[in-house]
Amino acid sequence: MAETLKNIKKTENGEKNRMERKIYAPVVDIIETDNNIFLIADMPGVDEKSIDITIDKNLLKIHGMIDSSIHDDFGESISEYYTGDYQRVFSLSDKIDSTNIKATVKDGVLKLILPKSVHVKTRKIHITGKA
Amino acid sequence: MLMRELESELARWDNLFDPFREFNLINKELFRTLYPTRGKFPPVNIIKDDHKAVVSAEIPGVDPAGIEISVMGKILTINFERKPEDLKEGESYTRKERWHGKFERTIELPFPVQSDKVAAKVNKGILFIELLRSETDKPRKILVTSE
Repeated sequence: MAETLKNIKKTENGEKNRMERKIYAPVVDIIETDNNIFLIADMPGVDEKSIDITIDKNLLKIHGMIDSSIHDDFGESISEYYTGDYQRVFSLSDKIDSTNIKATVKDGVLKLILPKSVHVKTRKIHITGKA
Repeated sequence: MLMRELESELARWDNLFDPFREFNLINKELFRTLYPTRGKFPPVNIIKDDHKAVVSAEIPGVDPAGIEISVMGKILTINFERKPEDLKEGESYTRKERWHGKFERTIELPFPVQSDKVAAKVNKGILFIELLRSETDKPRKILVTSE
């Protein structure tokens, strides 16, 4: 299986290469605050250069590619976990202001800040006293 | 919880017809790592040749300063912690899939290693530990001379 992957990597056909790579869904935490929704995804092996975040209508897609050639030249191995690219799709409600989404990646963790649309934010009502 | 019990049940069905095999395989594809079980988290990959072994483990978001690694003979021990998000008043989890907590994992290496020559680094959330095989353990070539 590893051999097949290696040979395909050498071809010029980038599309085929991508089809042969395994893809897994990263685990996520979703946190809601008054003004934002935070989406935190575990994507070890990925950095800001290898992450792709796209929004299409109300679908948010996160895609991360890993470097599968690390230590290719080694001999035998024991594997307890598989490696592969990451992908997951979320549908955003119109609660989210999808034009202002911010993303950061650190140590293989992707953090998305999805601001809530203005009309949805919890509005604090300021109470003034009357003398 | 239910999945863990199901998996240990499945292990006993090895020789018999396993109606859940497909399900288990699909599950393994969807969730790459086995569910964390005591003493076996995080899962590791080990690659080796005659002179060294490299152990890798995925620990995204773990503070490298807090990782403790110790080696004795053939046993490698890793200790680390990942803290959960610090939620303030009014904040809550809508979905929680990521793990957190303190973990200790011991791994038996394929050969004894030099404990003073262990190199560890964390790259993009993956921990790599390079271990050199113990000199006395290396296979030695014996020269054959003719009389």
